[in-house]
Amino acid sequence: MRFLLESRKLILLAAGIYVVLKLLFNLGIVSEYIQQITIYVFIVVLAATGLNVIYGYTGQFSLGHAAFYGIGAYTSAYLVKTLGLDSVFALPATLLAGGIMAGLVACVIGIPILRLRDDFLGIATLGFGILVRVFFDNSDRISETLGGSRGFTGIAKLTSLETTFVVTVFLLIVTRNIISSRYGLFWRCIKDDETASASIGIDTTRMKLMAFSYGCFLAGVAGALYAHLYTFLHPSNFDFLKSIDFLIIVILGGMGNIAGTIWAGLIWVGFIEGLRIVLPSNILDLRWVFIPLLLIGLMMWRPYGLMSRKKGHG
Amino acid sequence: MEHASYIISQVINGLQLGAVYALIALGYTMVYGILRLINFAHGDIFMLGAFFAYFLISRFGMPIYLVFFATMAMCALAGYLMEKLAYKPLRNAPKISLLITAVGVSLFLEYFCSLKAVFTPDYIGFPRPFEVKTYDLSLGGIDFSFTNVQILIFAVTSFTLALLYLIIYRTKQGTAMRAVSHDQETAALMGINIDHTVSLTFMVGAALAGVGGILYGIAYPQINVFMGIMPGIKSFIAAVLGGIGIIHGAVVGGLIVGVSEVIVSAFLSSTYRDGVIFVILLIVLLVKPSGLFGKRIDKV
Amino acid sequence: MKTTLCVVTALCLLFCTGGNASAKDTVKIGLITPLTGDVKTYGESVKNAFNIAVEEYGRKGKYTIQAVMADDRNDATEGANAALKLITQDRVTAIVGPVTSKVAVPVSEIATQHRVPIVTGTATNPKVTFSDGKRKSYVFRACFIDPFQGVVAANFALKDLKAKTAAVLYDVSNDYSKGLGEYFKTTFTKGKGTIVAFESYQKDDVDFSALITKVALKKPDLIFLPDYYNKVALISRQIREKGIRSTLLGGDGWDSPDLLKIGGSAITGGYFVNHYSPDRKDAVTEAFIKKYKARHGIVPDAFAALAYDAAGILLKALDAAKRPISEEILKVLAATRDYKGVTGVISFDAKGDAIKSAAILKVDKTGFTYVTTVNP
Repeated sequence: MRFLLESRKLILLAAGIYVVLKLLFNLGIVSEYIQQITIYVFIVVLAATGLNVIYGYTGQFSLGHAAFYGIGAYTSAYLVKTLGLDSVFALPATLLAGGIMAGLVACVIGIPILRLRDDFLGIATLGFGILVRVFFDNSDRISETLGGSRGFTGIAKLTSLETTFVVTVFLLIVTRNIISSRYGLFWRCIKDDETASASIGIDTTRMKLMAFSYGCFLAGVAGALYAHLYTFLHPSNFDFLKSIDFLIIVILGGMGNIAGTIWAGLIWVGFIEGLRIVLPSNILDLRWVFIPLLLIGLMMWRPYGLMSRKKGHG
Repeated sequence: MEHASYIISQVINGLQLGAVYALIALGYTMVYGILRLINFAHGDIFMLGAFFAYFLISRFGMPIYLVFFATMAMCALAGYLMEKLAYKPLRNAPKISLLITAVGVSLFLEYFCSLKAVFTPDYIGFPRPFEVKTYDLSLGGIDFSFTNVQILIFAVTSFTLALLYLIIYRTKQGTAMRAVSHDQETAALMGINIDHTVSLTFMVGAALAGVGGILYGIAYPQINVFMGIMPGIKSFIAAVLGGIGIIHGAVVGGLIVGVSEVIVSAFLSSTYRDGVIFVILLIVLLVKPSGLFGKRIDKV
Repeated sequence: MKTTLCVVTALCLLFCTGGNASAKDTVKIGLITPLTGDVKTYGESVKNAFNIAVEEYGRKGKYTIQAVMADDRNDATEGANAALKLITQDRVTAIVGPVTSKVAVPVSEIATQHRVPIVTGTATNPKVTFSDGKRKSYVFRACFIDPFQGVVAANFALKDLKAKTAAVLYDVSNDYSKGLGEYFKTTFTKGKGTIVAFESYQKDDVDFSALITKVALKKPDLIFLPDYYNKVALISRQIREKGIRSTLLGGDGWDSPDLLKIGGSAITGGYFVNHYSPDRKDAVTEAFIKKYKARHGIVPDAFAALAYDAAGILLKALDAAKRPISEEILKVLAATRDYKGVTGVISFDAKGDAIKSAAILKVDKTGFTYVTTVNP
């Protein structure tokens, strides 16, 4: 209860946004296409927040975030499809299941991996991401429903503005509270200087694992929401490029800045979709040529992220 | 029965692949030794090498030995530019920024080259400048065969390695490279020009990757702008396996990775070939993070 | 921060006022195709063919067609977004595409949900028109499906090539390749043939030495390569280099002028199942090939030909419908019989799949020659 009271202002703001959006949707002012994109923004923000916890706050460079997003997606979709849970009321349970599965896998893989430093961790997570994608590609050997490389079809469409909104806002507030707690403090210490943190008695291994698992849990929940929105999953949706997407959002938003991640998610998805509408088809190619350039430029100009408080040395 | 010869054929297949990985791994290991940076875009230089060679052979009809030298030069230039434009400005920035920049450079190279006006995203047949000939040999009752392509790859790789050793252990610049990777500050105090040494390291690493690209194109004659991604990752893991920063480690690592990949393909299923690499990485990290030839350090 | 909110709201409002009910004369038709991404070249072919079809229609059709194109990047999510945009934002009356099954499956669900007819030229996965025991009534395709192709290939192998043993090498990350491989295997085994090897590789693999050495051990009469031309060309070269003499057989993915260019002598002598043969003596086919070649400099591939037919069928249904709205077009579409297309005479069955003959082509030194036609 205390937790809800302290977040009063935020909840009010969130409720306000919800009302506006609901009006826009119901009155048909925005097309279903825009509606879907809006919901997708929330999902992406949730997943990116997970990466923000792992990387922005705790400084662990993970290039395999999309893998956990995928694990959550497939888990939830599989449960719903095989157990025939077609109603919205089953959603919280399957979302949780998706998130927990992702978090568990993260925990297991984290134990060996997280002792690595930046670059190596990056490659290790990248490799893990590839492994997971290969697993999805061959998932039909385990169960025909999972579809393998043909994709997982016929997932119940349970995600809506309400569900996404409630879940995302709730988890964001929880995250914010964790960040401002002891744990968040430890995480930031570890990011700043791991050796020093260890020397003052912080159990860095446990803290890092916790951050990693929690971040991946968020990704898993987001993935589950995604599965029930697009009703179709394909292994290629959860590859390295998707991980880069999340990374870009975290960087754009300023690592270690939750509000920043929200804005960055909105801008990023809006940008990508906006380009689709605005650019004539022959120049569409150039999207992915300019995005990395943007990334490089950003690194040179503001190595700590666009909206972060710290400015880089340039 | 034919079992032994089957195994030997597969091992030879693996060594062929491994030789190419070794060449690429060398570039990774050298750059890492000097800058403590994983040049994510290294795999893309490998791709550039293959494409440069393709153009030289098909558009200009250059004879193969010239192609090697020309491609090495062009790749060295690419490596030099990459370092000067993208990495040098960030030399004092937080490590992560460098990493992300490297990822950015990699993506940029891939997508820029995939434009229609550049290399196009198509799969292009690599013009092999000679016909493949198979030789059969029988040793100790076991027959196996190998091709002239394999001979070429082993020969070129050995030659290149010998050249590399010459440079690193017998020239002043090579000594400078070793010094800088050992201890940058002291090397600078001794009067070594860090910038030049770094550039040189990049150039040599890039040239090696370029050679790898040509050999790969000859062996598996199809090139594509995204071809550098997987070999890049695998070669990096090979470098880690051998001990990152250690030259002979990269070579041995590369060969081991190549052979493992092929053996798993042959005896299990090709679908697991990428998975094996990751398992190897995990094992290395858990058992001896400093790699086969690495010295014990408290943290990788 | 505030500025961003304003900008976003403004953008939203802009989209809201997007086009609604079409004027009497103009009908909006959407095209979903991979204009960027790994199968860009197919997307291009499809776009070119679609444009030709629309243009030809424009000269004698009842309505003015406003084509709206969307790029799916050969990605399922992008395709789904594109479809949703075309349907709910641009309000298209019907859609041609997508090109690959991977994208077509989710798009077909969206189209059916929103009751917009969609005709795909090349997506061959059965799930596109029929999934989970339900027929997606708004979805049709101008190509035959993988099960049929697999059967054709296997029967040809058994009867015409007299193969008793076969090996299959397929791409596990490509549902077309995998599906085709499995259907071939089923029929071949039913016909008393033996599958000595059923090996998979992945999309990015270029080194097949391990696989091929493994297959060589079994000495199959025939090797079935159900993949796209670029992979097939590469594998075939490596197969011949290892000295294997087995006959090579494949599916419609082989169809491309680049197959010979890359594969060279290795692929010569191989056979494949296709939708059409460029040297089929047929007025419709010849006219299309001539026009395409004049405009784009190359002979159209199967993707182009099928897209042309898909668009053609849709536009003809548009004219024949009582009114240019989705429901009426659907009725006519479902009743398509004996449409004379470039890729053959097409009729839709109850599932919306095309009933048409397949052609078997042989690869020889300079191109493809027609061998025989197999009727369903």
